[in-house]
Amino acid sequence: MSAPSTIVMSPELMERAQAEARKRLFSYIGWAALVGLLILSYGGAGIDFGKLWANRDNIATLGWDFIPENAGRFMQRTPWAFYIGEMWETIQIAIWGTVLAVIFAVPFGLMCSSNVAPWWIVQPTRRVMDSLRAINEIVFALLFVVAVGLGPFAGTLALFVHTTGILAKLFSEAVEAIDHRPVEGIRATGASSLEEIVYGVIPQVMPLWVSFALYRFESNVRSAAVLGIVGAGGIGMVLHEELRAFNYPTAAAIMVIIIVAVSLLDMLSARLRKFAS
Amino acid sequence: MAAAIEVKGLTKTFGGGRKALDGVDLTIQRGEMVALIGASGSGKSTLMRHIGGLVAGDRKSASSGSITVHGRKVQASGKMGSDIRDIRGGIGFVFQQFGLVNRMSVLTNTLAGALGRLPAWRTLFKLFPQEDRDLALVSLQRVGVADWAFERAGDLSGGQQQRVAIARALVQKAPVLMADEPIASLDPASSQNVMEILQRVNAEDGITVVVTLHQVDYAVKYCPRTVALRSGKVVYDGPSAALTPQLLAELYAGDKEAAAALWGTSLEQNADSLEHKLATGLS
Repeated sequence: MSAPSTIVMSPELMERAQAEARKRLFSYIGWAALVGLLILSYGGAGIDFGKLWANRDNIATLGWDFIPENAGRFMQRTPWAFYIGEMWETIQIAIWGTVLAVIFAVPFGLMCSSNVAPWWIVQPTRRVMDSLRAINEIVFALLFVVAVGLGPFAGTLALFVHTTGILAKLFSEAVEAIDHRPVEGIRATGASSLEEIVYGVIPQVMPLWVSFALYRFESNVRSAAVLGIVGAGGIGMVLHEELRAFNYPTAAAIMVIIIVAVSLLDMLSARLRKFAS
Repeated sequence: MAAAIEVKGLTKTFGGGRKALDGVDLTIQRGEMVALIGASGSGKSTLMRHIGGLVAGDRKSASSGSITVHGRKVQASGKMGSDIRDIRGGIGFVFQQFGLVNRMSVLTNTLAGALGRLPAWRTLFKLFPQEDRDLALVSLQRVGVADWAFERAGDLSGGQQQRVAIARALVQKAPVLMADEPIASLDPASSQNVMEILQRVNAEDGITVVVTLHQVDYAVKYCPRTVALRSGKVVYDGPSAALTPQLLAELYAGDKEAAAALWGTSLEQNADSLEHKLATGLS
């Protein structure tokens, strides 16, 4: 009854240990590659934290510029109603941009779902949706300003097109994760493919779809506030004008309106999303 | 008059060359109530899904068989009949996992049975005719879940959900009802209840019922005729009463476990252990 002097590893265990070692090596290589990428792009991103220090006086002056000299007179002179009206226009752009996107994302999302549509529909539709997502809404807004002229309609179209690409992808991911058994239950009654979708698929994905749509509405309010900078309507247009005229206190007031409106809508939408699921 | 169900030489090969169905011949007359038994993997669910027009048989081989229901072609040589949706409408199907849409109301789930015979402009906007709504409620009443008509289907117990699935098949007005393992996920009380409902549907409406079971005791109690499958082949087709532990042991020779499991326990008061069953005839 003596213990073995050396412990011999079984071949299977040895193999697993070697596989583990290979995995560890790969993870080191991955980290090294990440560090290399960061160093490589340091120059390209023009990173120079020294500038923050060198320009500290300028930055401080800019910060103070946002604060009005005579707060009482400033509050009186600022056309609050006008700015709130512009904010409301921004929200309206976001509402219609999102609603149009939802309407189009439903069929496109289904066409992107490999468990609903055949591959020769899925693949081309997915590529089109990819490109709608790849191009930022600001770029679409620039294009639509040229196409339909300055104003909120260009912004609405820009949000609509970009959001369609995003929602179609999110919708299709929900569809691809459904339980197929209820769908088969509907099929067994002699239902058509469209009826299978309406009765078997949509009820299952509805909470997720509502949640995605509301979430996109939140982001679209934020985006719509920026679209005005390229002339596509809303409060961004006013903000851009005030910044260009160096009216920093007024710009600050507009930003406060944006912050308050976006925060309120975020809270409201979060409530609704909870309610939907 | 054509038979309710006629299966001829049906073969189905799955990936890896395993034959799930191997030349199955089966004729079921109108108004019969037939149990389809077999161990798991014997091919009984596969056969049901073929008859229901949900899966197609082998395409390549010359002898991949054909299925007709009430004289209409469900499939032949691995190709679905051209009007398969219409044919599916004439075959009620009840699934082990109920196949209900959890987030829809019980009533809408039941009304889905009418989808096959209603025009798209009605169904896509859920505009069901009053007579179908009435039929759905009456059907729910017949299976004893009318009180839950406006609840979400997912909130019901398993036994209640299965009864809703039967009500949906009743709304379908299908002359044939295929019930695939309808009680496999249910407790004994719910199981008896569902089997009694199937029996009543068979007796009162003259609907042909085929039910797969993985325990013989239910077959003996509720179905006059039993068809037993083993490895995709019909090994027994006759009166359920003739099924004894000895016969099962013969049919499933070399697979003692399958025979013992089929004999089951839930309706046997004093034979509740595998040892006991083996001792009484399966050894």
